[in-house]
Amino acid sequence: MEFAELIRTGQAQAELLRGPEEPPLRGTLCITGHHLLLSPGPQATPDLWLLLLRNVDSIEKRIAGDSGTITLRCKDLRVLQLDIEGVEATLDIARSIEALSSLESVITSFPFFYRPKGLRLGDAWHFHPPECYYKRVARETNAWRLSEANEDFSLCPSYPRAVIVPRAVEDSALARSARFRQGGRFPVLSYYHAPSGTVLLRAGQPLTGPQKRRCSEDEELLRVVLAGARPGARGFIVDTRSPQAAKQARMTGGGTEAKAAYPGWKRLHRPLERGRPLQESFVHLVEACGDLEQSMDRWLNRLESCRWLSHVKETLSTACLAAQSMEQEGACVLVHGADGTDSTLLITSLAQLILDPLSRTMAGFQELIEREWIQAGHPFQLRCAHSAFSHARPKHEAPTFLLFLDCVWQLGRQFPLSLEFGEGMLLALFDHAYASPFGTFLCNNEKERCLCEVRTRTHSLWSGLSQPKEQRKLRNPLYVPNPLAIWPSAEPQSLRLWQGLFLRGTRLPEPSEVAWEKVWQIVTDQEKTEGSQPTDSASEPRP
Amino acid sequence: MEHVENVRLVDRISSKKAALGTLYLTATHVIFVETAPDARKETWILHSQIATIEKQATTATGCPLLIRCKNFQLLQLVIPQERDCHDVYISLIRLARPVKYEELYCFSFNPKLDREEREQGWMLIDLSEEYKRMGLPNNYWQLSDVNREYRVCDSYPTELYVPKSATAHIIVGSSKFRSRRRFPALSYYYKDNHASICRSSQPLSGFSARCLEDEQMLQAIRKANPGSDFIYVVDTRPKLNAMANRAAGKGYENEDNYSNIKFQFIGIENIHVMRNSLQKMLEVCELKSPSMSDFLWGLENSGWLRHIKAIMDAGVFIAKAVSEEGASVLVHCSDGWDRTAQGCSVASLLLDPHYRTLKGFMVLIEKDWISFGHKFTHRYGNLDGDPREISPVIDQFLECVWQLMEQFPCAFEFNERFLIHIQHHIYSCQFGNFLCNSQKERQELKIQERTYSLWAHLWKNRADYLNPLFRADHSQTWGVLHLPTAPCNFMYKFWNGMYNRFEKGLQPRQSVTDYLMAVKEETQQLEEELEALEERLEKIQKVQLSRTKVRSKQSEPSKHSGFSTSDNSTANTPQDYSGNVKSFPSRSPSQGDEDSALILTQDNLKSSDPDLSANSDQESGVEDLSCRSPSGGECVPSEDSAKDRDSDEAVFLTA
Repeated sequence: MEFAELIRTGQAQAELLRGPEEPPLRGTLCITGHHLLLSPGPQATPDLWLLLLRNVDSIEKRIAGDSGTITLRCKDLRVLQLDIEGVEATLDIARSIEALSSLESVITSFPFFYRPKGLRLGDAWHFHPPECYYKRVARETNAWRLSEANEDFSLCPSYPRAVIVPRAVEDSALARSARFRQGGRFPVLSYYHAPSGTVLLRAGQPLTGPQKRRCSEDEELLRVVLAGARPGARGFIVDTRSPQAAKQARMTGGGTEAKAAYPGWKRLHRPLERGRPLQESFVHLVEACGDLEQSMDRWLNRLESCRWLSHVKETLSTACLAAQSMEQEGACVLVHGADGTDSTLLITSLAQLILDPLSRTMAGFQELIEREWIQAGHPFQLRCAHSAFSHARPKHEAPTFLLFLDCVWQLGRQFPLSLEFGEGMLLALFDHAYASPFGTFLCNNEKERCLCEVRTRTHSLWSGLSQPKEQRKLRNPLYVPNPLAIWPSAEPQSLRLWQGLFLRGTRLPEPSEVAWEKVWQIVTDQEKTEGSQPTDSASEPRP
Repeated sequence: MEHVENVRLVDRISSKKAALGTLYLTATHVIFVETAPDARKETWILHSQIATIEKQATTATGCPLLIRCKNFQLLQLVIPQERDCHDVYISLIRLARPVKYEELYCFSFNPKLDREEREQGWMLIDLSEEYKRMGLPNNYWQLSDVNREYRVCDSYPTELYVPKSATAHIIVGSSKFRSRRRFPALSYYYKDNHASICRSSQPLSGFSARCLEDEQMLQAIRKANPGSDFIYVVDTRPKLNAMANRAAGKGYENEDNYSNIKFQFIGIENIHVMRNSLQKMLEVCELKSPSMSDFLWGLENSGWLRHIKAIMDAGVFIAKAVSEEGASVLVHCSDGWDRTAQGCSVASLLLDPHYRTLKGFMVLIEKDWISFGHKFTHRYGNLDGDPREISPVIDQFLECVWQLMEQFPCAFEFNERFLIHIQHHIYSCQFGNFLCNSQKERQELKIQERTYSLWAHLWKNRADYLNPLFRADHSQTWGVLHLPTAPCNFMYKFWNGMYNRFEKGLQPRQSVTDYLMAVKEETQQLEEELEALEERLEKIQKVQLSRTKVRSKQSEPSKHSGFSTSDNSTANTPQDYSGNVKSFPSRSPSQGDEDSALILTQDNLKSSDPDLSANSDQESGVEDLSCRSPSGGECVPSEDSAKDRDSDEAVFLTA
């Protein structure tokens, strides 16, 4: 396919408004296959303004006289306004943006063309293969092995090639357990909690169906997990659906673990919102935050009716429950919902942030996202196809990953010294999950990424983020390693709206930036002083 | 001294866990001492902090007594014998409602300062200095002695600034036309453009009355600002309330009678609405594991944040009129001592960076609240009186300041703790500053000779109250503070740090402020050490130039003087995450252990530092270390945490 066919205009004169307080930018507007460009006159400060077309979520055009206005609502929640000279030009540009921003083909997307200076293809992609995490586990326990049963993605298309399973379970048993689980997602190790010797597992729902089928290999697998933990260890199955929903799933071939079939395991239902209701919650919240006319009287009611903060609360408290079961109860935990690719990952990744100090470091957090979201098969392409502004009827969109980032932000607010990364990192991850020049969040799972050769033909976000110039934005200057578990409060009084994200388009960022500068200054002052101890010759000579 | 044994202090959050101890009633405090030998924790409550005492229906375990405090602490006690409970109840009712000023704590509180120190303390904040700082007196404004010996208005101070052209005749005439004779007087003078903020009470205009002197008085205020040909008159009440007042012969200025005024209503509700609103919000705070919807609905329905916004709107309107339009503003409400004080002080805070410093903020409260006769004793129920007079007027002002601090994290020299401690002491009656309803009363009671000043106490401990992010140098934080014009809805947040301040589990577990202050302090120490070392080196080099070899050994600077252990590994145990799932009935098992803000040890009291959370911060630093055991896995778990584990297990088994 040629992009040229979709580009209906060469260029036009336009004025760009980027926000309530930013000065407008005038210049020549043009469109390429992946970008909208505005090149201001030579005297302007930024010499080129660039927008990734993939970032455009919705487009609205208005014609008045012989000029037009295009409003672009972006996936990163920013709103841009373009005033364009000429009716034809306006319509052409609008049509071109519409066509180019909704292309679905992965291999013609921008990451396959993006070749930044200073980065080499293939760098940083292999920081976090499953082998890497397995090595960490193997240092602590011998009860688990790295299985390559899914080498060709035949057992489970949404799992990576290698997964960590109980040593005592054969590959053939895994295959049978896979057939008994939704999407082939048999129980695999998500996290090994060394201090308590307990494990966190994740899976898809068991396919018990209306006949209440059972699978002895699956039962054996979970029995072996308990036996491997410690004598008399118990387990909790955290089902992220309500008991009714889990029961109902039987009608369509799914279901949940029968009590009698899994001795030692106790099921807990913690219903979490998913799918379309979650997407709608996101859409309503963004709408409410963008409504400048709204009076103070109704704001809290409106915030409540969006339900977003309720979802944050439920998610955090479920993750805490899973973490608490492991750390305080010494129990093993298996998490699943239906597919095991959404709310399941929310819980397992958050539980690790709570328990595992390593995952709160810059590198550890990237590893966590790579392992628990990207390789674990969260369908980013489907979930992040549209953000909150799209008028398209949502199909598979859901802001699950955003909900995760919001929960991490809440953690960071309650423990401002315990995360090595700052709000900037979370915002960057949100932006890149929805539209990115990097290949990291492309496709829905490892299998697709292999087919598209994402790892060899695109750059990794992690190497992009490791550029020195990015660090001030991404790091938390207050970070001090904290070896303990961090238990957040999930009470409503302790949770807040993430203004840095949801009010991006309407709020002035300056006051918080001024504060951030000051924090950096205080911290770097100290480092400077510490570094400037007297040199050798300057110290007192000893007699 | 009365005491009751075997009393249980119930953890409000976990119904299972209660501390056993002895309850003592002293002349000034309620003290609960835990029996557990390893803890012996003490909870001290000043009688003056007690807002309500509620005796609840007797149960099998005893008779519950609920004590709600004015600083938002909530204490639930269970007393085994109904009779004892009744006795305690009756005693507390009496103790919590003193009838004479002399019964208040400040008259017996002795921080062991000598007379000179006490007098110096009272001189720390000097309003005549403050008017000088504003640039007064000048060609337009003069100090008037018309109110000497409180002859014109007994709720005003004796020292007042009025326009030069306002003669005594005009002032007295105007005062007769104003409620409680509170005539227009200067609150703040903006040197940059000569505009001023004046304050008064409502005019006695009724439906048609007018007063020539009052009209001349407003004229004089306008003339004192040559840069503008009109003044604003801001009535901070809702229009309906102001109109209703006309029927009683009061009301508001008729624009036809006063030349060159622009009249504006703001719509801050009266003290009764505010009292009820706070009540409703506190009910939301007391909810046991509320859902997000319960909480947001409750908060919305209380209307509290809406009222805070109204007060802020008043301040913003006044500040804009002064700084942008260069117009003087006369502010009033009904009596001119509640909403007027709020509006004037918020405006001053926005206009003048001096008021955003530690000392400047004390001056601001001294000026707009204490000297202008805000009725502290009535509003905060320090003495037994009409409960309808009680209202959280200054609490709302403090919250406005907090909301501004959230918006402008670098604009204030002080931190949140400073506001919380001021709130605490407005109710504690431990210092004399906030006693009585007017300066006249304070003089009659000889407050300065018989009590101590809070300002001196806060100033002495100022290191605790500094905001490390304060940037006096930045264009955005200096000069006039500009609030974003567009969506302000999101700006107003629930002040968890105040209204849930004793629920430590709900607060952020690490403090950025404390951490940064520690870092700054350490940097300073290191710099000093470095300087000293370099000086020494210079000397040594001079003396020992001939020495051959220098063996290197650096003196180790006091690296990370402790803060990295105490501040960062926070006291933290899991809470109850089961929410309202019935199978998980208990709340956080060990939350009570960390709730150290409840604790006020006798030592602290003796050292005249009644500041609850200042001490608790240190205490939790110590407790942090003990809390490492359950998760650190290296230490032997303490008895407590072992207990917790059991109780948790029980919880899970019932699941």
